[in-house]
Amino acid sequence: MDDHPTRRSVVFGTLTACASVAVAAAADDDDPRKEKQPQKGDLLVFSEGEREGQTITPADLKIGEPPVHAWPKDPANAIVRDGSRLNEVLIVRLDPNEFDEDTRPRAVEGIVAYSAICSHAGCPVTAWIKATEGNDDVFKCMCHNSEYDPRRGAQVVFGPAPRRLAALPLVIKDGELAIAAPFIGKVGGQQG
Amino acid sequence: MTIKSTTVTSKTVKQWLLSSSVALTCLAAPAAIAGPIESYSSVTSARLENPEPGNWMLYRRTYDGQGYSPLDQINTTNVKNLVPAWTFATGVVEGHEAPPLVNNGVMFITTPMGQVIALNAKTGDQYWRYKRELPEDLFQLHPTNRGVGLWQDKLYLATTDDHLVALDAKTGKVLWDKKVQDYKKGQYLTLMPLIVDGKVMVGGSGGEFGVRGYVAAYDAEDGKELWRTFTIPAEGEPGHDTWSGDDWKSGGGSAWMTGTYDKDTKTVYWGVGNAAPWPGGMHPGDNLYTSSVIALDPATGKIKTHFQYHQNDSWDWDEVDAPMLVDLQRDGRSFKSLIHPGRDAIFWVLERTPERINYVSGWNFVHTDVWKGIEPETGRPIVDPAHKPTLGKRVDFCPSLWGGKDWPSAAYSQKTRFVYVPANENFCGGFTGEKLPLVPGQLWLGTKAEDIGLTVRPGADHFGELQAWDPASGKKVWSHNFPKSQLFGSVTATAGDLVLVGGTNDRMFRAFHAKTGELLWEQKTNSGIMGMPVAYEVDGVQYIAVQSGWGVDAQRIQDALAKGNTGVEDNVPQGGVVWVFAVKQ
Ligand code: FES
Repeated sequence: MDDHPTRRSVVFGTLTACASVAVAAAADDDDPRKEKQPQKGDLLVFSEGEREGQTITPADLKIGEPPVHAWPKDPANAIVRDGSRLNEVLIVRLDPNEFDEDTRPRAVEGIVAYSAICSHAGCPVTAWIKATEGNDDVFKCMCHNSEYDPRRGAQVVFGPAPRRLAALPLVIKDGELAIAAPFIGKVGGQQG
Repeated sequence: MTIKSTTVTSKTVKQWLLSSSVALTCLAAPAAIAGPIESYSSVTSARLENPEPGNWMLYRRTYDGQGYSPLDQINTTNVKNLVPAWTFATGVVEGHEAPPLVNNGVMFITTPMGQVIALNAKTGDQYWRYKRELPEDLFQLHPTNRGVGLWQDKLYLATTDDHLVALDAKTGKVLWDKKVQDYKKGQYLTLMPLIVDGKVMVGGSGGEFGVRGYVAAYDAEDGKELWRTFTIPAEGEPGHDTWSGDDWKSGGGSAWMTGTYDKDTKTVYWGVGNAAPWPGGMHPGDNLYTSSVIALDPATGKIKTHFQYHQNDSWDWDEVDAPMLVDLQRDGRSFKSLIHPGRDAIFWVLERTPERINYVSGWNFVHTDVWKGIEPETGRPIVDPAHKPTLGKRVDFCPSLWGGKDWPSAAYSQKTRFVYVPANENFCGGFTGEKLPLVPGQLWLGTKAEDIGLTVRPGADHFGELQAWDPASGKKVWSHNFPKSQLFGSVTATAGDLVLVGGTNDRMFRAFHAKTGELLWEQKTNSGIMGMPVAYEVDGVQYIAVQSGWGVDAQRIQDALAKGNTGVEDNVPQGGVVWVFAVKQ
């Protein structure tokens, strides 16, 4: 047709196709340990995709690749903490030289982890896009377009989100990615 | 999870105001306390069916959904002298979409996050505030609320965590709290309940999560569920054959706006949303009753009849704004019409009879490339397949996902007999259909959200368009264009020949001449206005009220414009304020 629309817009999303898929665990869905927030010493497992449920190691993450979605897992009893959507985690590997002072001590080998729940209205943060032409890649929540910079403590760089994503400090334990300390910051959307 | 709520009464409100971190108006000191509501005018069927001119007790003031006030003290002559009488900061961010309701001097407003505030409509002093404590893991795709239903001495609030709550109108105390469905499965409520003869009707949101839509009625007294009618027919129900396989179980059809009501035939008309997921190839068939209006018997919930605006929706074109009920003269005859400027870009004029809904006329009120015409006998639009989203291929279409007119309501003036439409022109969109698994409680669109685009037609000289149409002739009477803004706010008409609307990103609230479209007055507000203006009267003085508070879809469009190199900035501040205006004496 003649009046074909231009593609002046970059990306816009009314909504998002969520990446997280609850790991099947019908028998013990009510186990309170599954709802407990990520704990020091927990490992991280893929929450989606072909390797869902498998432990994540640094070798699984390449610099600049889109983040992976993960659940914490208690290594002592193999409980995956997928009982609350507030436990979902985003993990991404970046050039450590780009990290700010707050972010560097929470990272390991350039890998940082944050809550996957948007601080605006609680959607899962699913996208990884160019903030604007020539800028760094950022996390983006497609529900209302909030963007977060993982190099700077996931501070908000665009959109209505009122605060950064909660950060999850990491260490490497026996070659696997592990949680060094509980979430720093509030997890979940604003409620009033 | 335990759902808790609090009512902040006059004893604690000062403390709350002092600790509030959001200060959005010129209120330099905490608002005065009005004290308890001593006398309250009980709301009856008779009052709802024939409301006093000075009150606004239903979503669009009257059951017919016209959004028209018979007040004319504020009119085309003196509107230029309109000044703020009082303001009230809600202390809440996000999209404030509710009309300020007024019942004999008492105003009730609702905010996002499930708050209800009772105010003295003359002074702005607060009587009480109800704050719902929402669950921490709530996923609020549309963090908003469109008002409380009024019945006798009670108020009814539908919440985003999918509860229906009854409050004491005088104190804000919770009388009962009923779980409607499970928010963890993507069910939520944003609408103002419709109350007919003591039945509190709500419709569910959540089509984007692959739910099955419904309208349900509850006993106003005790919250007992009386009936629930699904908008997607199950096996054995009429219309089920318009679905394939199990698609009906997750087919969308949200009913998330307040219905309209014909008191003479005792028929409720409810708008029904789009099919889920978006690409039509994932749900072959006409998909009743998605993108339709259904006519319900409020006593039983039985579907009497329906009209489907467009079949096999593939564009996210919800038709949730209920049609207006208007007595119309057209083509030499009088008839009872349903009028619906649709998200599908078609201005629909239908005839309602107790038995059926007939197609009368339909025309495009904004540019669209999707329809090649409308079958004159059936009213069925003819699709251009080149612009129908499908699986595995990028398809573009006009208008955009938000359609020619989204949920913000049009108005009908009984004086001019024109319909005033908050339209958006020159927006298009597109996406690539993709088969994705349904996970309950997670969004399920049938496309990757990152792939969705809002585009602007080449040469576009404006976006928002306030349009006046004569539904009798099908002619556009006037329009006012907004070169740098979408128009995303409900319209109200008054007997003072005024058309009132916000909806633009310059934070303005405006009054237009209903006959000519001349801009007569405007006032900048704290934020953008998405909500519905109302007109009311206390002690012989007429007021105009509206909530300013930008967010949700108006902001999504704004973000897309800002990112899209259109020269439009994303700089609309958030935060809700009730603005009340009167003519300066
Ligand atoms: S929930 Fe993420 S931007 Fe609104």
